[in-house]
Amino acid sequence: MTALLDIRGLKAEIDGRQILNGLDLTVGKGEIHAIMGPNGAGKSTLSYVLSGKPGYEITGGEVYLNGEDLLAMAPDERAAKGLFLAFQYPLEIPGVATLTFLRTALNAQRKKRGEEELSSPDVLKRVRELAKQLSIDPEMLKRPLNVGFSGGEKKRNETLQMALLEPKLCVLDETDSGLDIDALRIVADGVNRLRAADRGMVVITHYQRLLDYIVPDIVHVLAAGRIVKTGGKELALELEATGYAQYQSEAA
Amino acid sequence: MNAEIRPVKTAAEIGLADLFASARQHLPGGSETKALRLGAFDSFVAQGLPHSRVEAWRYTDLRRLVRDAKPLPAPPDLAAATAAGNAGALFAGLGFRRLLIVDGAFIPELSDLADLEAGISIRSTAHLLAADEPILSFGPGSAGGDPAVVLNAAFAADGVVIRIDANVVLERPIHLAYVTASATPSAMFTQSRLQVGSGARVTLVETHEGPDQSDYQVNTALQLVVGDEARLDHVKTTDEGGAALHVATLLVEVGARANYRAFGFTTGGSVVRNQLFTTLAGEGADVQIRQASLLAGRQHADTTLAIDHAAAGSQSREIFKAVVDDEARAVFQGKITVQPGAQKTDARMMARALLLSDDAVANCKPELEIFADDVQCGHGTTTGALDDQLKFYLMARGIPAKEAEALLIQAFVGEVIDAIERDDLREALSLAMTGWLKARG
Repeated sequence: MTALLDIRGLKAEIDGRQILNGLDLTVGKGEIHAIMGPNGAGKSTLSYVLSGKPGYEITGGEVYLNGEDLLAMAPDERAAKGLFLAFQYPLEIPGVATLTFLRTALNAQRKKRGEEELSSPDVLKRVRELAKQLSIDPEMLKRPLNVGFSGGEKKRNETLQMALLEPKLCVLDETDSGLDIDALRIVADGVNRLRAADRGMVVITHYQRLLDYIVPDIVHVLAAGRIVKTGGKELALELEATGYAQYQSEAA
Repeated sequence: MNAEIRPVKTAAEIGLADLFASARQHLPGGSETKALRLGAFDSFVAQGLPHSRVEAWRYTDLRRLVRDAKPLPAPPDLAAATAAGNAGALFAGLGFRRLLIVDGAFIPELSDLADLEAGISIRSTAHLLAADEPILSFGPGSAGGDPAVVLNAAFAADGVVIRIDANVVLERPIHLAYVTASATPSAMFTQSRLQVGSGARVTLVETHEGPDQSDYQVNTALQLVVGDEARLDHVKTTDEGGAALHVATLLVEVGARANYRAFGFTTGGSVVRNQLFTTLAGEGADVQIRQASLLAGRQHADTTLAIDHAAAGSQSREIFKAVVDDEARAVFQGKITVQPGAQKTDARMMARALLLSDDAVANCKPELEIFADDVQCGHGTTTGALDDQLKFYLMARGIPAKEAEALLIQAFVGEVIDAIERDDLREALSLAMTGWLKARG
């Protein structure tokens, strides 16, 4: 059976600096993988390379999403194929209303997949339901995207986008950063609602705390651009106790 | 010894002199107007077409950009006038009172002159000139001697003169629809005027358009006099044909506690110069001028603004946005002057340009000249490209590159369009912006 995400020997650099150094990772449908690692290990780079951010050069390896060559696609095509990156620092876009953005994104993806575009009232209805689940004030939807939103509001907005777009593979980049415990719980609940047999998730985090709320099936340690250890969810607790020092020296 | 160095006349300057010699007897006007035309043309001859060493025209060198003089147009025949019936289609169906100016001639037969509200009068410039009634008046500023203005004064043939009596509130906007219909490239000179009585409220819409195939030339002047405590909302779209030259002079005088709200939208024309001379003449006058220029190909659009705070407690806000693609060039020059008596002036000006290609150019030159000591004035300019990070964020959500760019451009221009109060105008202009973005592909 084809894996949902299949990364083989991925190497990537930015500004001539090698960040990913032969990374292998396979994520099956219905699985939640956590990727933990010290600062500078390449966690965010992995999320950006998967989503196609300009500026990174792929110097080796392959990535397949449902058997299709992900690296050959533009970022918008990757999204339409079901990849979603929840940004560590969601961007503010003055002048673009949140709802307009959501509708444009949803319909662009549907169009690319050959599905019928949804009418504005239909989109609004879906968005409102999801906003309610995530305790998002409907007034926020009229405001420019993320402008003046608190850290928690931005992360809830990311989760709302993820729920609306119904991706096949969710990559969550340090979703816990900048969140207080209440916001973390709301966001984690939102993510957990998206757990499904045909959906995979890659949860990137520095701290174990997030994994109390989003419980992974498999935990990987990323150091110096490679997966250096893989285990069950107990590995996260172990890391919390011992820290990353041993992996940094191992990788070096 | 001082040798006077006269630059060699350009073909266009020689052509204009020939044109004036042959046309001046036939242009409308009694003896006074004829004398004014002669004086104006003498002033033009003394200066020639403006060039880059004339500070106010620094970035728009007409000696270089205007290759030849075009003949004055023949009076539009009924066929031409009928063909022009579609003019100002952007605002069609909104019930505006449309006044049609075809090839520089006001066409009353095709204008909405029925059911005139009480307190409004509409007359043709040609008739008034024939009766030696001057259309434009000039304050002490530099507008009167400007080379485009004197050229306009020499050749002006027609236009519309509108007077709104005091305290008249016009619900129905007045739409001056200028259109070039003639297929023969010609030069149109118009003069128009709108006088808004004290306490009156009016919306004026101006549209300018013409065929893409013809390298016609437009030199238009419009004077707006906003009486005390009156309010004038003014929208101008410059959407001339792709080879056209459009030089427009706007003279605005704003009375005490009066409001002037302007929005300019420039998308068409090969070379466009919009020059605005605005005087805040009465205490507490309030002016807001916003503009968006969307340029592509090799378009050149220059907005030059002189804001003169001549009375105490007056306020002005100017926001200029330019979106520049391909090899186009956007020019913004803005000068705020605060006269000695104009204490408590509050003036702010901002110009922002968004460059969409490596070859696009924006020239921004804001200036302040302050002769009072208790004022608040500020200006700023920014020039930049689309933000790649924002574009990536949109694309990561499935929005294709061009659509992502369009959203960001729309957001950039949206600030000035969204400020238009009337829903019908705002929606029409939003559509025009969307249309431009779609045409971009």
